[in-house]
Amino acid sequence: MKNSSEIAEKWLQGARQSADWVGVRFIREKTSSRTVRNDLPERNQSFIDEGAMVEVMADGHLGYAATADLSAEGLQRAFERALRTTRAAARHKAFAFSPAVRPKAAGHYRSPRRLPLDQASLAEITDVLTAATAAMKISGRIVNRSANAMLVSTESRFLSSNGSDVRQDFDMVLLNIMATAVDGRETQTRSSGGLNSLGNQIGAEIFNRDDFRRDGERLGREAEELLRADNCPEERTDVIIMPDQMMLQIHESIGHPLELDRILGDERNYAGWSFVKPEDFGNLRYGSALMNVTFDPGRHGQLASYAFDDSGHAATREFLIKDGLLLRGLGSLESQERAGLPGVANFRSSSWNRAPIDRMANINLEPGAFTLEEMIASVEKGVLMTSNRSWSIDDERNKFQFGCEHARLIEDGRLTKTLKNPNYRGLTVDFWNRLTAVGSADLVGTYGTAYCGKGEPNQAIRVGHASPPCLFRGVEIFGGAS
Amino acid sequence: MNRAGFMTWLKDHFQRLSDDLLSGLPAGEDVVLNLEAEDSLFLRFNANRVRQNTEVEQIVLSLRLQKDGRSTQISRTLSGRFERDRDLGLALLREAREEIRALPADPHLVPLKNHGTSNAEFPGQLPEAAALVESVAATAAGSDLAGIFASGAVVSANRNSRGQNHWFASESFSLDYSLYDGRKAAKGLHAGPRWSEVEWKSNLDRTREQLLVLRRPVVAVKPGRYRSYLAPAAVSEILFTLSWGALSASAWKQGQSPFRKFADGEKTFSPKLHLRENFGLGLAPAFNGFGEVAPTVVNLIEGGERRELLTSSRSAKEFGLSSNAAGDGEAPRSPEILPGRLEEKNALKELGTGLYLSNLHYLNWSDPASARLTGMTRYACCWVENGEIVGPIKDLRFDESLYDAFGPKLIDLTTHAEIDPDVMTYGARQLGGRRVPGMLIDDWTFTL
Repeated sequence: MKNSSEIAEKWLQGARQSADWVGVRFIREKTSSRTVRNDLPERNQSFIDEGAMVEVMADGHLGYAATADLSAEGLQRAFERALRTTRAAARHKAFAFSPAVRPKAAGHYRSPRRLPLDQASLAEITDVLTAATAAMKISGRIVNRSANAMLVSTESRFLSSNGSDVRQDFDMVLLNIMATAVDGRETQTRSSGGLNSLGNQIGAEIFNRDDFRRDGERLGREAEELLRADNCPEERTDVIIMPDQMMLQIHESIGHPLELDRILGDERNYAGWSFVKPEDFGNLRYGSALMNVTFDPGRHGQLASYAFDDSGHAATREFLIKDGLLLRGLGSLESQERAGLPGVANFRSSSWNRAPIDRMANINLEPGAFTLEEMIASVEKGVLMTSNRSWSIDDERNKFQFGCEHARLIEDGRLTKTLKNPNYRGLTVDFWNRLTAVGSADLVGTYGTAYCGKGEPNQAIRVGHASPPCLFRGVEIFGGAS
Repeated sequence: MNRAGFMTWLKDHFQRLSDDLLSGLPAGEDVVLNLEAEDSLFLRFNANRVRQNTEVEQIVLSLRLQKDGRSTQISRTLSGRFERDRDLGLALLREAREEIRALPADPHLVPLKNHGTSNAEFPGQLPEAAALVESVAATAAGSDLAGIFASGAVVSANRNSRGQNHWFASESFSLDYSLYDGRKAAKGLHAGPRWSEVEWKSNLDRTREQLLVLRRPVVAVKPGRYRSYLAPAAVSEILFTLSWGALSASAWKQGQSPFRKFADGEKTFSPKLHLRENFGLGLAPAFNGFGEVAPTVVNLIEGGERRELLTSSRSAKEFGLSSNAAGDGEAPRSPEILPGRLEEKNALKELGTGLYLSNLHYLNWSDPASARLTGMTRYACCWVENGEIVGPIKDLRFDESLYDAFGPKLIDLTTHAEIDPDVMTYGARQLGGRRVPGMLIDDWTFTL
């Protein structure tokens, strides 16, 4: 990375003469995926992804060319390709951008961590994961026990012809731990935080053997418990949603519809449009007065924390929804120029080989004042749902249906029996206006996923979501086949 | 790299590189190398105008080392410069040797073999970026087109230390687009190895005709059960969702398959349903990441009955099954549903009164134990009465068990099946696709 940056600094001196603006973003990312299944090593894979995206502005249009040849010749070749195509495309550009969409930026960000990721040896990680799968084996009905750790170390550097120099280094760990129980025709799975939802910026300190063993034992016990559980009833009732499902609810029904590039129509052919219109900002009562949602790229240790987005825009915490009122969209400097609306620093690419687009980062529901006990006590009849297992929403982000792994029935203000196959569905704005209680700060759970898909060409990016448990009144719920 | 010579240059580069990496391995070490590469142009359109243009040249080498009953795989991007890439490849080998020492033995590891040699190349004729931009802007003038043009070479290659050597390279393009009229839209896809201006205009005209139908007044359709015709693109969405474990032997044995009851023999589908993996379609290489070559045809569902599940050699060893050279994830790579007896021109007449569904969106298993699938209607979905389209509907959510929809509710499949090439580009442009007919289904359940 150091050599490449030095080469690029010299190369930029020449390239800046031929275009209105030139930038280059270097990424070197090592991802190691370690999987243990039934106490045996299942898969050990690593990927070193290293390359550069050369970006040019010509005639008010921005275009890109990616190369893994990081020599001066390689960068020059990518620059010439990008410039040639960008000039041709500029004759039919979607928008004439001003230079303000690429501000001069300088700074450095590093993920919080106590121990560097490479201080966890492969042998230690394998041992910790094996401790989790071994602890799940509470009976012969647990037929599958798996634990996966994905370790990601990213170094990035962004240099530009107007003097930007941004270094950002990230250490992340994403975990996927699950137990599957089978008894006759019944199959149930419990996972830690739901499928692919447990991710944070953290170091090797996460690999605590006792924590993994305890989690494994709990998952095994809950998977088996679900084998004997009743189906979730079909009715309209009150629902308490725990943080590991709130994550998905926030992601699909707040994050995506507020992306300005969706509202501007860029995503119409793939991820979809949005029910939110430009005139809704400042006017739409998105949810009840208890609903406060922030874009918070500065939250300590959350998966999508950073100091600058990929345009060099400095990242700051902003309220998207305050007291239920929609205030601000998830739009980069480019989208802000196009839409004439306020936005955030969210111009992000999944790697060196993709152009940045409007993305979520950390989108969080701010805590309220209720304890979990108070929320449960306020429910005469309802259901408490945990851990996402199914998700689907329409292309305008309105009609959703989500499913969870585990639920508890609430009767007369008390948690009673366990329920299996809990699902619920609704309409986005109607649903958020049913928000009746928001849990306190000590109940906030922080989750993150590496698989937020969007964009053409497609990009899967990391996002984080933090939320306390929340109570919604009068939600349509249902179960599985009896 | 010049786009025209990418495939030829890369073939020589990979052969020289793999010669160096595979020669001189000590006894007891086996290595399999995979190469995935592309030289791609992406043009993203919104309102007929270019939102972003991106060119990507990337080459990824994966090295899998097997030794003493242990294995590990390390991959990295290559620079395209031989000396540098040889050093990078040797560094991967050193790192893999270090990792192997730290791992316990893997009883399900399958020893590497020589699975033969193959060579398939499909050169194309692709437009230059400038010409393509002008063409889309001119032909789509007056419409509101959003979408992505992708073109260039995609390469997948495999060699191992036992002597196998596979090479698959193709040049192709796809223009995956939507035409909008206000909030209503029709979907189009123009793809192939050779760009033709005439064929593109014809494709666009057909999509415009669909869009005209959507100008009729919207018909309010309440949740309920409706006889429905699913056009091939809608069926393709369902078939894609089956790649999430439904046809995987490993998922079945691990209790993760939504088709568990089918795999157990407890459930069957309609005798009209035939599903198979067909590498004869030429959409994807028949070799997998180990270089194992799948049979040209693998019958998965025949007359509604279970035949084979997709089974990797690792799953075969672990569970005592027979491998059919499935890939690591045991997802279909080139699946097709065989046609039926319904003439496409009679589809609306046979539908009578109900829903015509051009496309589906965001499918997911809502109750895996009963193979229940939920998702949304999207694009040109219409209400039909007495065989005539009345008007477009507002999008509906369905929630339906495939044991019912592809079982007793399946009335017929069309005689014509369409190829739906894979246009996904997560990480890189993908190879593969599906061939599917339309389906007429009774009492399809809509819930929201």
